[in-house]
Amino acid sequence: MKQVAARIFLPPPAPPLPDGRWNRYEIVFWLLPIAGFFVFPGYHVFGSQIIIAALFAVSLDLILGYARIISLGHAAYFGIGAYTAALLAKNGWNESISGLILAGAAAAILGFLTSFLVVRGQDLTRLMVTLGIGIMLYEAANRASSITGGVDGLGGYTMARLLGIFPFDLGGDTAYVYSVAVLAALFWISRRIVNSPFGLSLRGIREGEQRMPAIGASVTRKLVVIYTGASAMAGLAGGLLAQTTQFVSIETLGINRSADAVIMLIIGGTGRLYGALVGAGVFMILQNYLAGINPVYWQFWLGLLLVLVVLFARGGLLGGLTTLIQRLGQRSS
Amino acid sequence: MSAALRTEHLTKAFGPFVANSDITVTIENGARHALIGPNGAGKTTFINLLTGYLRPTSGEIYLGPQPVTGLSQHARVKMGMTRTFQITSLFPGLTVLESVVMAVCERTDRGGAWWRATAAETSAIDEARAILATLHLEHCAGIVARNLPYGRQRLLEIALALATRPTLLLLDEPAAGIPSAEGAELLGVISGLPRDMTIVFIEHDMNLVFRFAERITVLVRGTVFAEGTPEEIAVDREVKEVYLGESLNV
Amino acid sequence: MLTSFLGVLFDGIASGCLLFLISVGLSVTMGMMNFLNLAHGAFAMLGGYLCLMAMTRYGAPFLATLPLAMAACGIVGALFERLLFRPMYRAGHLNQVLLTFGLVLMSIAAATFVWGPEQQPIRLPPFLTGQVKAFGAEFGTYRLFLVALVVVLTLLMVFFVENTRFGAQVRAAVDNSQASEGLGINVDRVFSVTFALGSALAGLGGALGIDVLGLDPTFPLKYLVYFLLVVTVGGARGIKGPLLAALILGVFDIVGKYYVPEVGAFIIYAVMVALLLAFPSGLFGRRT
Repeated sequence: MKQVAARIFLPPPAPPLPDGRWNRYEIVFWLLPIAGFFVFPGYHVFGSQIIIAALFAVSLDLILGYARIISLGHAAYFGIGAYTAALLAKNGWNESISGLILAGAAAAILGFLTSFLVVRGQDLTRLMVTLGIGIMLYEAANRASSITGGVDGLGGYTMARLLGIFPFDLGGDTAYVYSVAVLAALFWISRRIVNSPFGLSLRGIREGEQRMPAIGASVTRKLVVIYTGASAMAGLAGGLLAQTTQFVSIETLGINRSADAVIMLIIGGTGRLYGALVGAGVFMILQNYLAGINPVYWQFWLGLLLVLVVLFARGGLLGGLTTLIQRLGQRSS
Repeated sequence: MSAALRTEHLTKAFGPFVANSDITVTIENGARHALIGPNGAGKTTFINLLTGYLRPTSGEIYLGPQPVTGLSQHARVKMGMTRTFQITSLFPGLTVLESVVMAVCERTDRGGAWWRATAAETSAIDEARAILATLHLEHCAGIVARNLPYGRQRLLEIALALATRPTLLLLDEPAAGIPSAEGAELLGVISGLPRDMTIVFIEHDMNLVFRFAERITVLVRGTVFAEGTPEEIAVDREVKEVYLGESLNV
Repeated sequence: MLTSFLGVLFDGIASGCLLFLISVGLSVTMGMMNFLNLAHGAFAMLGGYLCLMAMTRYGAPFLATLPLAMAACGIVGALFERLLFRPMYRAGHLNQVLLTFGLVLMSIAAATFVWGPEQQPIRLPPFLTGQVKAFGAEFGTYRLFLVALVVVLTLLMVFFVENTRFGAQVRAAVDNSQASEGLGINVDRVFSVTFALGSALAGLGGALGIDVLGLDPTFPLKYLVYFLLVVTVGGARGIKGPLLAALILGVFDIVGKYYVPEVGAFIIYAVMVALLLAFPSGLFGRRT
């Protein structure tokens, strides 16, 4: 009898239930921002920008990647956080950490109130409502220029020393460490959320929103919770920006900011948390170099990248990496 | 002791089209009750009304002594009424184990736990594995639902329903699309369900219906056409004309 | 007072008609294939720029450029549908949004590159400029022409959809594309043709709208919200819904900006939120 050595393509093994343990790739990954502090001494300001963008992208991943709420207006909460922190400092409250918490709280309140509009309805409605909220807030900030500075932005305030010890200097050292610490803390919380039964139910909503009520789950309540949480996180990212750069532009509320975060997620891969970090890093670095050369070219190639990723590489960078590792693993076995 | 399920003059109209008209049925505790009827008779609409997916145009629904007509879908599940779907409605990207663990967690109110890792929910996981074992799905625990063969998907549908520990189980064509030979496994599973669980099922496979049902309601064009024991329905000439066809020998 | 209100109201109606013309294609294709297309405005923009190019570079008269813009946009639309969008129908809304958003960015960049970032002026033929006096108020001639044209086209559309065989196929495909295939309707072809027609109408709207809405490379993004509003509020199903929605939006937008400019932009969104809360599936929509 002939032995037929068939190459059976097995579907990739499904991951076991998440247990919260950190694998070695993650540990290596988190050494990068620490290394970056020492390896790139002149880039701390830019580094903070990347970290803040990454935090904002993570907050978006929670609703877009895990619960699949299509939002093009997440920057509304980023902006509210930024303006809150800035206005607090401008009016005398320039202690950083408490200011940051208040910024997050303000964003959480707005997120909670708007969540009821967003969880109703289907994808198109959610797209519209989130777009609408973003645009309305932008307009409001524009009109209230006596408070917000309008298109000129809000500046003219300084932050007290962080923890009373570390000044926010022009070199950005304090800003960088502060940002990394906040990102690490919030990432840790996000990671626990997505690995928990609640995180599993969010994926359930993503995979089968219509089926969830039939197993006794209140979809509305879960979405309100995650939307509020993600808004709070976005507000914290905005507050970080306000505190580390001591300036808030009206563009923190703009649709460009929202769209950029979506693009970062697509580049890195949605629904993975680390995709948000990777995507933010890649996007910010590319943007820094390419947009500087010619902003029109940047916009074109960005659009093209988006189209190509959606057509051919839907899991983004991390998705492609995962598939590659699995294929290599199967070939060698 | 009130009946497990009772509807009173339940009606659902979509504009001029009346899908369910004045349906009044009573299902006793522990019943094995089949709902049959030609295509388009409104059987799935009826299930959708019972579970709250659709709001009735008029009429009332009672689960035991409780009126549930205004309650949300998930509230009714919490009260003990669960359904399966005719068109398989699973979570394509979740593994078999994840799906059932999720359903168990929802039931035990662990669905909102956001701090502990899922793997730490050992009682939920054990219960999920036990449910999978009763449905012979243990080997598939790690397979994502979209990669399951169709017959196993139908079993997963039932696993999800069992995870909610229903007192009233509504099965919408559980054997749909499964060849009669494989249907035996499914039938074995359903027969093995606890006696005190009330089961209402829609089926077209008459073998399954007559083997398993203790009472049958016939729905035609949105209204109750006939109701009785399998023996009564089998010899009912009008039912035969409208639905079963003269050639069926039971 | 009342006469100036009439004038403003009419402006709103004209604006709404233009919105409708551009958005009706989006509405029908969204209802038919459940495809979220953010790039629809790019076809309108293309129509506008083609019209301008034909006028300035080749001296074509304005009215002659209109069928040209329509034809070009229709062809481009058909190409995009066949090559890019068709593989995406089952890919889910998020991916569709991302793909079409990428296309929007590309179109804005391309338009900036070719025509520059400024607002494009247009010289309308003299017989379309000026005012017409009626009922004590003044109505812009061009806007009268716009409204008349849209009315005629809408009647044609309704006639086409109600009374032709292809129109019946379109209605069937919107209602239930799977069942339509089962009936032997070539749904792929129906959709291609409908998409082409929708893009052609958008191109026409873009060309007609240069004077009313303006034309610059950010057009697809600037008015994206309006088009989506028309589709969401109108219900992505037929022609009546988007028409009513577009008229409501146009009127509220223009009237709001004229009488309460401080809150002009909010009016639109407040109206939208109110309508969406009252009619989650749109004014004439169905639950999908």
